[in-house]
Amino acid sequence: MISEKMIQALKEICGPKFVSSHKTDRILYSYDATRKQFLPDVVVHPADARAVSRIMALAHHHRIPVYPRGAGTGFTGGALPVCGGMVMGMSRMNRILDIDQENLVAVVEPGVVTGDFQKAVEALGLFYPPDPASLKVSSLGGNVAECAGGPRCVKYGVTKDYVIGLEVVTPTGDRIETGGTTMKGVVGYDLTKLFCGSEGTLAVITKIILKLLPKPEAKKTMLVVFDAIDGAAKAVSAIIREKIIPATLEFMDRRTLDCLRQTAGLSMPEAAGAALIIEVDGDREFLDKQAQRILTVIESLGVLENRVANTFEESEEIWKIRRAISPSLKKLGLEKYNEDICVPRSKLPEMIRRIETISDQYNLPIVNFGHAGDGNIHVNIMADKADAEQMAKAEHAIEALFRETLALGGTMSGEHGVGIMKAPYLSLELSNESIHYMKMLKKALDPHNILNPGKIFPNAVCPLPGEIK
Amino acid sequence: MKNLAQYQEWFQACVKCGACRATCPVFKVENQEGGVARGKIALAQAMMDGEVFAEDRLVHDLSQCLLCGSCTNLCPNQVPTIDIVAAARMKVAQEKGLSGFGRGVATLLTHKKAMDWMSKGGDLASRLLCRQIPETSGLRLRFPVPGIPNERTFPKPSFKPFLKRDIRQTVSCSASHRVLFFTGCGINYLYPEIGEYLVRILNFMGVHVTLTDEQGCCGLPALSAGAGDAVETLAERNLKALKIHAFDAVLTACASCYGALAGIYPTLGSGYQPFAEKTRDVMDFLMDMNLAGRLASLPRSEDRIQVTYHDPCHLRNHGLTRAPRQLLAALPQVDYVEMTDAATCCGLGGTFSVHHYETSQKIGSQKAKHIAQSGAEIVATACPGCIIQLQDNLNRENIPARAAHLLELVCQALPVK
Repeated sequence: MISEKMIQALKEICGPKFVSSHKTDRILYSYDATRKQFLPDVVVHPADARAVSRIMALAHHHRIPVYPRGAGTGFTGGALPVCGGMVMGMSRMNRILDIDQENLVAVVEPGVVTGDFQKAVEALGLFYPPDPASLKVSSLGGNVAECAGGPRCVKYGVTKDYVIGLEVVTPTGDRIETGGTTMKGVVGYDLTKLFCGSEGTLAVITKIILKLLPKPEAKKTMLVVFDAIDGAAKAVSAIIREKIIPATLEFMDRRTLDCLRQTAGLSMPEAAGAALIIEVDGDREFLDKQAQRILTVIESLGVLENRVANTFEESEEIWKIRRAISPSLKKLGLEKYNEDICVPRSKLPEMIRRIETISDQYNLPIVNFGHAGDGNIHVNIMADKADAEQMAKAEHAIEALFRETLALGGTMSGEHGVGIMKAPYLSLELSNESIHYMKMLKKALDPHNILNPGKIFPNAVCPLPGEIK
Repeated sequence: MKNLAQYQEWFQACVKCGACRATCPVFKVENQEGGVARGKIALAQAMMDGEVFAEDRLVHDLSQCLLCGSCTNLCPNQVPTIDIVAAARMKVAQEKGLSGFGRGVATLLTHKKAMDWMSKGGDLASRLLCRQIPETSGLRLRFPVPGIPNERTFPKPSFKPFLKRDIRQTVSCSASHRVLFFTGCGINYLYPEIGEYLVRILNFMGVHVTLTDEQGCCGLPALSAGAGDAVETLAERNLKALKIHAFDAVLTACASCYGALAGIYPTLGSGYQPFAEKTRDVMDFLMDMNLAGRLASLPRSEDRIQVTYHDPCHLRNHGLTRAPRQLLAALPQVDYVEMTDAATCCGLGGTFSVHHYETSQKIGSQKAKHIAQSGAEIVATACPGCIIQLQDNLNRENIPARAAHLLELVCQALPVK
C-alpha cells in the first residue's frame, strides 16, 4: 500500500490530475497484451525527466516498485505491475524534439508513437526502419526498452541499431546521458546498448537520440508460393547468396496457408507447402531488375506460382494476406501461445521440421509464420482453453520448442523479450554465470530492486507483497 | 436490449493488444487509457466482477466514447465495443439512475408531442437550445439540455416540422416502388428541407414516397445516454406504427437512424428482422436505381465547385462508403475531392458532445482542418448530426466551407421540369 502522504508528494511532482489511486485507473493500467492483470497501487504520469527523477528518488527512498509503461502492447509482461506499487505512464512525454536533416539524427521523448515518428521523418524524405507489428500504437520508449524488431530487420537491423544516445533516470533517481548525437563515440562503456532491451529494469528512458537513413525511393513486393517449406527456406539462402538483401522476407508455412484458406478465403493451390512475401526497396530503376534476378535464382526450388505487384494497390493486396494471419488464427477459437524464437536462417527448414515433430508429439496444431530473412519464427501453439489437459500439454510443448531452438544455436526470443512469460525458461538459454553477472549488474544499479521488479529472472522476489488480480 | 452480462464472451475476445489506440478519436485527443476501447472493456469486465461501481470516475470513463465504432473496424477480433459501452451505460443507469441529461433525452424523445411543441416554439426553442434562457426558467427544467454551451452554433429548429408540412409529389402512389421515408428527428425538426430534397429526387426517379407522422425517434440518442428502456419503447412504437409489410423499402437520409433501424433493432428481437432488412440508406437505394448514370448523362457544368465527403460513422460501419462518393463524382456541377481521414468521426457522438464539448471541439477542429486542406467549398455528408457538428467546427475555425447533405447537391443537379 502507498500512504496518503506519498500520494500528496507525487501530486506535487506530477500535478494532481496526473496521479491517481482510484480503482478505475488502477484497473486501466493493470494489463498489457499478455492479457494478464496485476493491480498497481497508484498510477502517475510525469511531464518531464525532472519529475521522473524526483519520483525515482522518492521510490528508492521508500522502496516502492515502479513500472515504466509505454503503450502497454508488450507480449511478455514488461509493463505489468507484478509486485504492486507505481505504474509510471510515459504518454505525456510525447514530443519529437528535433529532426536534424544535416546529421540525420532525431531526438525524441519516449512517449512518441513509433508510427507517428516514422510519418514525421518520411515527410522529410528520411527513414526510421524498425517496424514492430504494433508500430501504429507502440511508443519509441517501449521499443527501445524491449529492443523491438519487425519485418524490415533482415535488411535494416533492430531498434538498438538506431539508438545512438539516451537520457535515462536511474533507479536511485540520478539523471544520466549516454552516447550522443555523433555516429562514432567510444568514450567509456557503451551504456546506450546496455539500456536498449533491458526491459525497463535498469533505468527509465526519458530521451532518445535516433539515427536516421534516407528514405528508399520505391519498393517492390512479390508473393511466391512453394510446394514445400524446404524450397522456401532454400530460397531465402539463395537470394542472400545472390547478394540481394530484401527489405522483408516473410514466410508462411502450410498450416498458416490452410488456416487462411479456411477462414479468410485465400485462394492458393492446394499443393502449396509454404509461401514467401519478398519486398525489395531502393532506387526505382533497379527494382524491376532485382525482382527478376530473385525470381530467376529461386525458379528451381519448387515454385508453384508467383505474383509481382506492379502498383501500390497490388502490393497492398499481398500484404493483406500477411495481415490476415492473426485474425484468421483467432477464428479457430483456440488459445494461442505466441512464441518468437529465432534461429540462424540456414537452420530454418530443420527448425520447422522439429516444430512439426513437437506438434505431432503433443497432438497440438502449431502454426508458423514470420521473418524468414532473419530466422525469426512466430510459433503459434494452439490449444483448447476449456481442455485442461491440452493447456498443460501446451506448456510442455513450449519448453520442448525452446530446447530444440537452443539445440540449433537459436534464441528463445527474437523480439518480444523475457518479461514474466519467459522468465521460467531463462536458465535453458543462459548459463548460471551469465545470469549471475546480469543479477550483479541489476543489483549495482538498483540496490532495492524497485525498478520493474519480478521480470526477466526466474523466481524473482517482490520487494513488497503485491496484490495479484 | 442485451445487458452487460451477455457480453461476457466478448470481454475475453479483447486480447488487450491496444490496436484500438491507433484509431480512437477520443484517445487521440485525450491520450488516456480510459478513453480507448481496450480500457473500457477492462472496466466493463470489472463492473461485471463487482470490482467497480457506478461512481463518478467510472461514469466519466464510460461517457468518453463517441460510439463511432472505428475501434471495432480495426480490432483483430472485431469486438463490438459500441454495444458493450452502451450496455455498460445502461447498467450505470440501472444502478444510479439516468443522469439529468439522460433523463431529459429519454423524456423528450419518447414524447413526440413535446418534440413537436419545441419545434413549434421556433425561436423560443432555438434560444433554449443555445442557452439563452435564464438558468431559472421553468422551460429549462422541463427540457433540460445542459452542456450545450453558449458558443455552440446550432441550426434554428424549423417552424413547422417536415412531417406536418404539405408535401406535394409529382408521382402517384400507384408507382412500381413503394417506399416509406423514415425521417428521424434531425430532418423532421432541424433540417426539413432535406426531406423535401429527398421527395423531389425520388419523384424524379419515378418513385412515390410515403410520409407518415406516425413515426417517432429511432432511439439512438437514448442508447447513447444509457436509456435502454426508452430505446425499446421507441423501437416498439415504430414497429407498430409503420406498416412496413406494405413497402419495398424503408428509406433513411440520416446515418444515425439507419444505424438504429438496421443495426440496433435486430438485436431487440426477431420481430425486428424484416424492418432491418427493408431499411435502406437513400443514397444506396438511388445508386441501385442508377441515379449516378442519369446524373452522369447530364451536361457537365462549366464552373464546378469542389466538394468533399465526410463518412458518417453509422454508414461507414455498415460498409456504405461507395454510393455517396459515386453520386458525388457523377454530379455535373461538382468536382469531387477526397479529404484526409474522411472516415474519422466528426466528434458529435450523440450525447458525447454534450458531456464533453471541449473534446468534441478538438476532434471536430481536426476534421475542419482536413476539410480546409482538401480545398473543398462544400463538405457533403449524409447525416443531420454530422452537418450540425461539421458546420459548428467550420464556423469556429473560420473556414469558409459549408456543410450540406448530399441530397441537396443531387437536388440542385436535377433538370428543371
